[in-house]
Amino acid sequence: MPTFVRTDKCDGCKGQDKTACMYICPHDLMKLDKDGSETGHAMKAWNQEPEQCWECYSCVKICPQQAIEARHYADIVPLGGSVQPLRGSDSIMWTIKFRNGTLKRFKFPIRTTPEGSIDPYGGKPAADYAKISASGFFVQHNGYRVGNPAELIRKK
Amino acid sequence: MAGEFGKPEVVQEEVDILIIGGGMAACGTAYEIGPWAKQAEKAMGRPIKVKLVDKAAMDRSGAVAQGLSAINTYIGSEQDPADYARMVSNDLMGITRDDLAYDLGRHVDESVHLFEEWGLPIWKTDANGERHDGSKGMPALKDGGKPVRSGKWQIMINGESYKWIVAEAAKKALGMENIEERIFIVKLINDKNDKNRIAGAIGFSVRDHKVMVYKFKACLLVAGGCVNIFRPRSVGEGTGRAWYPVWNAGSTYAMAAEAGAELTMMENRFVPARFKDGYGPVGAWFLLFKAQATNAFGETYMTKNKEMLNDYPPYGQAAVPASCLRNHLMLKEMKEGRGPIWMDTVTALGKLKETLSPREVKHLEAEAWEDFLDMCVGQCGIWVGENIEPEKKNSELMPTEPYLLGSHSGCCGIWASGPEDVGAPTDEGHADKAKIPSHLPKGWSWGYRGMTTVAGLFTAGDGVGASGHKFSSGSHAEGRMCAKSMVKFVVDNKDHKPELDTDVATLVAEIYKPVMNYMEHRNYSTAIDVNPHYITPKMLQFRLQKIMDEYVAGVATYYTTNEHMLKLAQDKLDMLKEDAEKMRAKDLHELLRAWENYHRILTAEAHLQHILFRQESRYPGFYYRADKNFVDEENWKCFVNSIYDKTTKKWNCFKRAHVDIVDKSKLFKAAAH
Ligand SMILES: Cc1cc2nc3c(=O)[nH]c(=O)nc-3n(C[C@H](O)[C@H](O)[C@H](O)COP(=O)(O)OP(=O)(O)OC[C@H]3O[C@@H](n4cnc5c(N)ncnc54)[C@H](O)[C@@H]3O)c2cc1C
Ligand code: SF4
Ligand code: SF4
Repeated sequence: MPTFVRTDKCDGCKGQDKTACMYICPHDLMKLDKDGSETGHAMKAWNQEPEQCWECYSCVKICPQQAIEARHYADIVPLGGSVQPLRGSDSIMWTIKFRNGTLKRFKFPIRTTPEGSIDPYGGKPAADYAKISASGFFVQHNGYRVGNPAELIRKK
Repeated sequence: MAGEFGKPEVVQEEVDILIIGGGMAACGTAYEIGPWAKQAEKAMGRPIKVKLVDKAAMDRSGAVAQGLSAINTYIGSEQDPADYARMVSNDLMGITRDDLAYDLGRHVDESVHLFEEWGLPIWKTDANGERHDGSKGMPALKDGGKPVRSGKWQIMINGESYKWIVAEAAKKALGMENIEERIFIVKLINDKNDKNRIAGAIGFSVRDHKVMVYKFKACLLVAGGCVNIFRPRSVGEGTGRAWYPVWNAGSTYAMAAEAGAELTMMENRFVPARFKDGYGPVGAWFLLFKAQATNAFGETYMTKNKEMLNDYPPYGQAAVPASCLRNHLMLKEMKEGRGPIWMDTVTALGKLKETLSPREVKHLEAEAWEDFLDMCVGQCGIWVGENIEPEKKNSELMPTEPYLLGSHSGCCGIWASGPEDVGAPTDEGHADKAKIPSHLPKGWSWGYRGMTTVAGLFTAGDGVGASGHKFSSGSHAEGRMCAKSMVKFVVDNKDHKPELDTDVATLVAEIYKPVMNYMEHRNYSTAIDVNPHYITPKMLQFRLQKIMDEYVAGVATYYTTNEHMLKLAQDKLDMLKEDAEKMRAKDLHELLRAWENYHRILTAEAHLQHILFRQESRYPGFYYRADKNFVDEENWKCFVNSIYDKTTKKWNCFKRAHVDIVDKSKLFKAAAH
């Protein structure tokens, strides 16, 4: 379902030099039409290559104005349904509307720690350079599986 | 000086290590490398400089952009790395490197435990066997918490923010000052004084008019697998709905090949059987919800056609037959007109409801939707558009177009150096070993874990061939292994000065050629897209896809080809490669598309050449060579490897011996009776 941007909601990320949707799209699809010459809507974003959209929803989830929605691929899907998320800091809410009007809502956790709180090396030991050619990582968290040596049939 | 369109600024930078890509493998490297680089400072006499470039934004780049609903590789304390290596081998029809799979099995859980520490919610089972999503205060995996298995190796997660979390740790570990996003790398550059060594890379910014030229001692090439070389089943707006992410364009394989690295098993492909059109995952439906797949008449083809498995001993006799064989049984129904193929979600959910409380039923429904919402929203799009509620209406299954990848259920990729302590061969034992080009290493290990056959060039994740089934967690762990070996390589080569074999002006002119083609000729015709002097990247891609689909065992021929079709396709690819010199780019976005498609062409060509060389059909259900429609264990239980000569533009394929490092007979015993 290629994404589309609602003219009534997009504010061009308030004229910042990089819009949220342009920043995030892994396929370089979202573009800001600065002067309106490409879409007729100045300072609003659009999906410049809808047939390349993976429907990954990265842009939908990140847009601060909730201006981006998806209209499911017209060559595959009958019109009228919609699947719209609202992503918070620890959970995501999905509103799912069927073509026949049935509505469903789901909420799922997305993260157990506050965003930005990861301390990558906090409380971790330094690497032991003597072990740089050995198996294993600089830190062990009970996850290294030594393996039963008898399974290695060519090793004496 | 800021550049302008057609006159880019040229930025030259020298680092010790360049990481190309920002996906799972790259994030693993970015995390693990800091502590080792720090300790290496003494030996180096200075800090080691590491840089990471990604064509997208790391928060959502690569195959995990959308999120995932399961971590597909978690060994756990109850299984042995050898069991894992056996499973990988069997699913890939016997030809994988046990050394690589076993080593991955030893390391992978370490990465999963880190993900949980960083904040990834992992489902747990309580003492009563009830499932809880990952936000509940249950013990962590590293403290003995019990994951919810949706199969022997998979564990369920609430993974919408999986990539976001892993990228946060990677970015902090490496430092944003050492990361540049929206840089697309076009090619690697060999060393002036040693053509089997890597010295640099060139790419461009997709945002500013800048060409980037990097020089380095070592480089990690982890730009993912390859999508869209075959015509997709949907060709309108739905073209973008490939199963693997459309943005992984084969950069890994193409750039490695051009740099002279030995590729392996490029004949392998993955043709996932998924929910039709949306390509939603089926794993949880089969394994967690215990659903059955049937033909139009409700017959379970895996039971009905099970005799067909006997044609492929010993692989057909494993407790879980290889993925390609499961497709093989499904395709029989489709070809003989007993489609559509159904996933019987109605019966499965109905049965589960009989034993569950209403609260559990509600949870079950949420689980079924979350499976898609976390990693394949498009599938939900189809369900809502077609009014499909899985408890009331079944969904169709369909095998997709082929994909090339080395980390999911596929094993194409680059020949990489393995661990030294597991008993891997140290010499080449193949009868045809004289045909292996003499400059290539012997045995499976040449000093640095994850290094390709080109000195200084490393790879991980989708890049490493002849292994597979690493998935997100394994790709991360493999990236971490490379971090160590690259630091060691840099220290061992601390006095080496990289020198590019081509001057910078020539390189810049080459990668900006599509822009020049456009600027020079755009006024020749009135229609911007139809011009005899250039070809748009989009049409280049359509031509590639048509050739691959119709001649190289795409969906058009039910995955069937033969020697004649392959040779004809090669003639057409030769002309396509020539025409690639006339690619057009009317803006930076199109320059990105132009080079992505160039990478696709080379990857496609490697695929074709390997299928042509291998005189059998090793992966029935993924592809059939109608002229060699059998598995030939006697002559072809070996690796097919190749190198590409970038000056003659020709491939050289050869065999390498396959050896078992763990005993495979254990796989087949249970099913033999
Ligand atoms: C539909 C789907 C379902 C999956 N399901 C699961 C699952 O349930 N569980 C699981 O564990 N795994 C799953 N996987 C597998 C997992 O996503 C991959 O194994 C893993 O992401 C591979 O890691 P990687 O680093 O090799 O590649 P990726 O993560 O794909 O990263 C590639 C990176 O390279 C960058 N790049 C590409 N080309 C260039 C270039 N030329 N220059 C610069 N940068 C470039 C990209 O932007 C990206 O950052 C799934 C994947 C898909 C697509
Ligand atoms: S992120 Fe939203 S508000 Fe910002 S430019 Fe894009 S669509 Fe408009
Ligand atoms: S859904 Fe994904 S691929 Fe499509 S425009 Fe948004 S970010 Fe890009």
